[in-house]
Amino acid sequence: MTGKTQAVLLALTLAMTATLAQARDRETSGKLLLTGGVTSLEGAGGGGLATWATITGYETVDEVGANAHATLVQLPDYQFRAGGVAVGFRDRVEISYTRQSFDTGDTGSKLGLGQGFTFNQDIVGVKVRVLGDAVYAQDSWVPQVALGVQWKKNDKDAVITAIGGKDDSGVDYYVAATKVLLNQSLVLDGTLRATKANQTGLLGFGGNKNDDYELQFEGSAGYLVSKRLLIGAEYRSKPDNLAGLKEDDWVDIFAAYAFSKNLSVTAAYADLGTIATFKDQRGLYLSIQAGF
Amino acid sequence: MSNLRTLMFAAALGAAAPAFAEEKPVDPYTQSNANAGATPFTGEQMLAAFNGREGVARIVDDTLDRSVADPRLTDIFRATDMERLRRTLKEQVAHLLGAPVDYTGRDMKTTHKDQGINTAEFNLLVEHMQLAMDKEGVAYRHQNQLLAKLAPMKRDVVTR
Repeated sequence: MTGKTQAVLLALTLAMTATLAQARDRETSGKLLLTGGVTSLEGAGGGGLATWATITGYETVDEVGANAHATLVQLPDYQFRAGGVAVGFRDRVEISYTRQSFDTGDTGSKLGLGQGFTFNQDIVGVKVRVLGDAVYAQDSWVPQVALGVQWKKNDKDAVITAIGGKDDSGVDYYVAATKVLLNQSLVLDGTLRATKANQTGLLGFGGNKNDDYELQFEGSAGYLVSKRLLIGAEYRSKPDNLAGLKEDDWVDIFAAYAFSKNLSVTAAYADLGTIATFKDQRGLYLSIQAGF
Repeated sequence: MSNLRTLMFAAALGAAAPAFAEEKPVDPYTQSNANAGATPFTGEQMLAAFNGREGVARIVDDTLDRSVADPRLTDIFRATDMERLRRTLKEQVAHLLGAPVDYTGRDMKTTHKDQGINTAEFNLLVEHMQLAMDKEGVAYRHQNQLLAKLAPMKRDVVTR
């Protein structure tokens, strides 16, 4: 099951790469390497845990860019997988689709859900750059700002209800501010997200403890070591809506490497805290992104 | 045989020609370091990181050689006086890096108003410059510091 999903994701990525490579007779030069970020957990352009204000792809204001990603997070008691596509239009609008899978593996039996029980979530995202310029406006501290919406739909309604969740679908709203500080070789992002999502929605939305929208923060700070390598750290605060299923804030340290504008890999060590009563969920985050 | 004779004749002419090709005349304008489009770095550290004015000259020449040879950029140099561009760009970069040299060229808006440069072309120029700075051995963080001065010029350079 696991191997199958990964194979499908890899095939999807390769197919996308081949198609995109044919679609372009030249490498686009919309952005400097890595200044547009990679793909975040929820499929939008960003870091790993945090969504950024950058529009995905290496397109310029005159072009369309796109990419596909496959992401795997191996935790002690769970496995997280995601795969999706994102398209950036004229460096203004980004539309993304990602399917996340949260595989409980052996832990599923311990939780009474059954061996290999897997929550799946579809996420459709739209992001619009509203002001500022992250890369070129180096004579200004004004960041690039984008507004975004993510529609999320989980496929395990019955279990979500059983654990005290209120809904199997939800909508996140966010405002992201991103700035590349070339003089310091830094890439900074801070994003505010209004959300009801439990574990980003993998455990549903709202709960018996809280069913209101809460404002959460996610951010990245990265140092551009070279044209190809960005290293940094991220933080993401989360709601805590489910009684008895405590949820922790997330942190990671990451390295994103661009083999070219068409292929980049992000590796991170992520601490996702307690998930569904299982503590200390720390592990390797690996994401491959292909596009143009 | 006649080809060889032509070649030898051309070589002889070349040897007789002045060391610097003539720049074409431009409309009169007021010379000012403000035309360089950014505040220069202070101190000698940045210029040293670029191997002085000689390093800057190599970087500018290499950047322009790469750019002119790039088929994606052919059109934007079609009407360009390359002799003048090489001289003024060397002045501009050296000036911005803190060298005691005046920039005698025109401002970025005037220079580029009829070039029709788009964002992708601007970025290609930056990428060629990055390769030239790599070749000169300029540390990446120093490259970025110079690019921080040049990046905002996109507003005046990109016109379409």
